Amino acid sequence: MAEPLLNVQHLSVAFEGTRSTVTAVDDVSFQIAPGETLGLVGESGSGKSVTAFAILRLLQPPGRVTAGRVMFEGRDLLALPEHDMRRIRGARISLIFQEPMTALDPVMRVGDQIAEALTVHGRTGARQRAVELLSAVHIPDAERRIRDYPHQLSGGMRQRAMIAIALACHPALVIADEPTTALDVTIQAQVLDLLRELRTQFNLALLLITHDFGVIAEIADRVAVMYRGTLVEQGPVRQILRAPAHDYTRSLLAAVPGAGISSLAP
Amino acid sequence: MTHGLESTRAGGLTPPLLEVRRLVKYFVRKRGLWRQPSVVKAVDDLSFAIGEGEMFGLVGESGSGKSTTGRCILRLVEPSSGEVFFRGEDVLRFSRPRMRRARRDMQIVFQDPYSSLNPRMRAGDIVEEPLIIHELGSRAERRGRVADLFDLVGLDPDHLTRYPHEFSGGQRQRIGIARALALNPALIIADEAVSALDVSIQAQVVRLMLELQVRLKLTYLFIAHDLRLVEHICSRVAVMYLGKIVEMGDTRALFASPTHPYTRALLSAVPMLDPDAPRQRIPLDPDSFDREAPLKEVGVAHLAAV
Repeated sequence: MAEPLLNVQHLSVAFEGTRSTVTAVDDVSFQIAPGETLGLVGESGSGKSVTAFAILRLLQPPGRVTAGRVMFEGRDLLALPEHDMRRIRGARISLIFQEPMTALDPVMRVGDQIAEALTVHGRTGARQRAVELLSAVHIPDAERRIRDYPHQLSGGMRQRAMIAIALACHPALVIADEPTTALDVTIQAQVLDLLRELRTQFNLALLLITHDFGVIAEIADRVAVMYRGTLVEQGPVRQILRAPAHDYTRSLLAAVPGAGISSLAP
Repeated sequence: MTHGLESTRAGGLTPPLLEVRRLVKYFVRKRGLWRQPSVVKAVDDLSFAIGEGEMFGLVGESGSGKSTTGRCILRLVEPSSGEVFFRGEDVLRFSRPRMRRARRDMQIVFQDPYSSLNPRMRAGDIVEEPLIIHELGSRAERRGRVADLFDLVGLDPDHLTRYPHEFSGGQRQRIGIARALALNPALIIADEAVSALDVSIQAQVVRLMLELQVRLKLTYLFIAHDLRLVEHICSRVAVMYLGKIVEMGDTRALFASPTHPYTRALLSAVPMLDPDAPRQRIPLDPDSFDREAPLKEVGVAHLAAV
């Protein structure tokens, strides 16, 4: 593999309570090459979102990184001063959330939200760029749409607007946390097509967090399977889907409707 | 897979357990004094029948009217017009007390096990409540029945006194199922009953529902947006689009040769597990079909509005 864009080494995250400590992420290591898509799969509580938050240093106490390094473009993000981290977050690495309605500001026009991402990072010509970005994510009539508020957009369009915000500063890496989970299947297909297209167009690396192996099969180059805070298996998507080595991966795949549910018949 | 009784068909020898005829539910939204109120046709002239012991899938995307259909059948939402025959009687003509009795036989399991269970009630009381409402059995008999139900759905009867938050999502859905089964219903309307669960938990709950179908001779109206799931557990399926059924038939026939443009677009959007399988997305062109077209036969036990 070429020099990785993101290199997560032995990352551990703990949530410290008054009586006990929960290790949410336990010695997790993975790499993402420039332009590559890594799917991080697991069920709820497996630690996949916590991993993403730790990479971006967005963990809230009592959550705390207890060990590891996160090398990105040659620097350890975990050791950067907060001031430098802010120039990476949203600019070099951006984040797409599951629920666009809660992630977008309901009382701010969509165009202004995209422009905000640009001006925070000191770009000029923000309005024109906002229109370009909305067009890039295939929102029709972008000139007019930038004046809309989030509630005026459909679910799929909102997710597109959020992708536009994420792309605003030409990031090298986009972390997408369940980006299509809240969407209908036809809209999900459109958003996945869009991500695939933008990935090529902007040479984006993608860390795609999902519980859905179907989404993984559609878009990921490699897969890492997470279970109770540890990575139990990782490898190329074909290998994991065709010949999963770990028991947990096998049982997870078998539970996907269409893959093995016929074996569930009483 | 042959769940459900293959021989029991609408129009077959046995009368269907549930038959919905020309069901309509309009929601009217007032828009001020001078403007015409807007009308949303949530359910627009829907007809289908479910045979005894069958697992019938009703699929569609958000806003297609599938949940409203389920609620109309139980009259949790009053339909605007139409008929809902349950064991040959139109439940829409029932008086309130009569409808209440009828609900013993028709129960619903909701999607979200976090919001559909009263957080202040103990699990055992939640399951017992329908028995109290319908004044069935003595207290001791009811408690015995609740323990049996816990056992039936795979919950530990030692957990009767726990509160919902002490259970996992899958266990909560089992509580919801136990509650629905308390009155020995014939029909279960499962409204996205497993959609909120992790796949491994989803598989366990689906397995439970299939087991109960056989053991208790249950009939299901399985409302879902997950086409892969419906394909594998339902014997027949109806596809809804903007309040109408656009295609209906034997699951195998419908999935093998989807005929309506919407069904084709929907099926082509479902992610496939094989990364090398050819993917051909069929975009939906809403102008490519007549929204008012009636269902007609396009194959054996296969109807489409084309």
